[in-house]
Amino acid sequence: MDEKVQNTLLEIADDELILGWRDSEWTGIAPLLEEDVAFSSIAQNEIGHARALYQLVARERGTTADALAFDRAPDEYRCAPIVELRLLDWGQTIARHYLYEEADAIRLERLKQSDDSEIAGLAAKIDREEAYHRMHAQMWFDRLQGEPRFTAALDELRPQTAVLLDSELRGEHTSELPELWEEMTMVRRSQPAGTKW
Amino acid sequence: MSETEFLEYVQSGGQVEATDELPDDYRAKLIKFIEMHGNSELMGVLPEREWILRAPTLQRKLALTAKVQDEVGHSQLIYRVVEDLGKPREQCLDDLISGKSKFHNVFHYPTKTWGDVGVIAWLVDAAAIISQKALLKCSYAPYARIMKKICWEESFHILHGRDVILTLMNGTDDQRELVQEALNRWWGPLMQFHGNPIAKEEDPMYVWRIKSQGNEEARQQFLDGYVPQIWELGLTVPDAKLRKNEDDAWEYSEPDWDELKSVVTGHGPRSQDRLDLRRMARENSAWVRKVVLAEAA
Amino acid sequence: MIYEVFRQERKGQPLQHAGSVEAADDHFADVYAREQYGRRGESTALWIVPRSAVMEIHEFVDELNRNYHRVDGYPLKEKLKEARDRAVSAKSADALSAGEG
Repeated sequence: MDEKVQNTLLEIADDELILGWRDSEWTGIAPLLEEDVAFSSIAQNEIGHARALYQLVARERGTTADALAFDRAPDEYRCAPIVELRLLDWGQTIARHYLYEEADAIRLERLKQSDDSEIAGLAAKIDREEAYHRMHAQMWFDRLQGEPRFTAALDELRPQTAVLLDSELRGEHTSELPELWEEMTMVRRSQPAGTKW
Repeated sequence: MSETEFLEYVQSGGQVEATDELPDDYRAKLIKFIEMHGNSELMGVLPEREWILRAPTLQRKLALTAKVQDEVGHSQLIYRVVEDLGKPREQCLDDLISGKSKFHNVFHYPTKTWGDVGVIAWLVDAAAIISQKALLKCSYAPYARIMKKICWEESFHILHGRDVILTLMNGTDDQRELVQEALNRWWGPLMQFHGNPIAKEEDPMYVWRIKSQGNEEARQQFLDGYVPQIWELGLTVPDAKLRKNEDDAWEYSEPDWDELKSVVTGHGPRSQDRLDLRRMARENSAWVRKVVLAEAA
Repeated sequence: MIYEVFRQERKGQPLQHAGSVEAADDHFADVYAREQYGRRGESTALWIVPRSAVMEIHEFVDELNRNYHRVDGYPLKEKLKEARDRAVSAKSADALSAGEG
């Protein structure tokens, strides 16, 4: 697996990890109890996707998925700015969810064409799970499309989705990433590398 | 059915449904009890959710997210039962936030380290499961039925807790210290958890067979099951008096019942913070419920 | 709107009432029922129905004890004893008369 392919996988994995991290911030405080449960499954799927992608790259590099997920410095992450944003309003969160799924569908299609059968296979698996995410996002889109909070968020976030599909545009992070990384890695960093948790 | 007949019926194992005629006192006590359970599941999420974000491995992150998700799911199941008894969910949430209704003591305390995450999943959940198993025979059948699903889902919570604890105990000195330190802080609330040792015949919840077990019985069961597990790992319980006596019963220092009372009436270290968070989250998302549920009529 | 959820645990088993979810419409009900009653793959099938579509029946009339179409309408112990006793004595009577023949 060449470096470029590894980096592409890391981009997607980082996107899924950080988005999953942000989405799991809604656990316990989502607008409806039933939705809380549903959205948590989506967050878990995202983390699960990240893990599967990290595992592929980790094998190439002789490391572990956890090491890739947690032991890099903030500026080594390849995630897109849009997933780093803390969005406190449900309308904004669903807007990002909807836009992200749209872009993700496109890049998964690309990945499914990979020459590497393992990558193509994993992309197909992820895509099947994402079908559920897309359905969920569409359901909310249909409900909220008349709501200014939602439509305004769509307008504001849409320009940021370009980065999801173009590696060349990646590299910049938001000012929110360091704080997120700090919290995400604080327990792990409290003990030497390689400590089991 | 008269109230006496109803009492005889439930005390001999009879169960009732939402559509049956329920004595007013039974219905009122039932709602209060079940509502407190729903509140507890919902509030129990708050001490744990921060640690989802800080989980040190992907596996732990997934497990903890799934555990907390279950708890939210449980609150949904429970509030549905309360709603079918006549009290709408929104009213339950109003009363929770205003402090009018209560939630269990353990969820009023802070979580300070990853050690707490392990201790909560291992011991606090264990204490809760003992109470929950005693509810499987609840005279109110809809509640008994959801308890079955709840107990089934809780089975992985305990294993997850044990896994976290064992990994820490097999790790570094610092990690072992995390567990001992968390245990030291949680022991008091754990001993208070099952409530003061009121004789079960004087406990209306038992009389109506809402609970099938007295408070002290539950506590003894907890100690029987978990003190050996604690000791075998080389951990110490911060109670010099804790021992099993000649009658095979556990003796222990008198739990601080004043602390329990103070905490459940909203004066715990995190009671107000957490209720504030709930209030804020609810206010911020009110517009969503309005949009989503408005056209549902 | 409240939707009742029925689940089937394994193929071949009956669908049983599992609980209820509150949802704005069928679409939301689908998602929420799936989550509450299937996120662990614990069900092979779910039926979701608006509560308003469920008709409940709690009273059944059987004033004149129609036990003729139930198992408890057929206490056969005494008749069987009588029939067996009769067969035994008929057999010994035959044996006696055969011996005299």
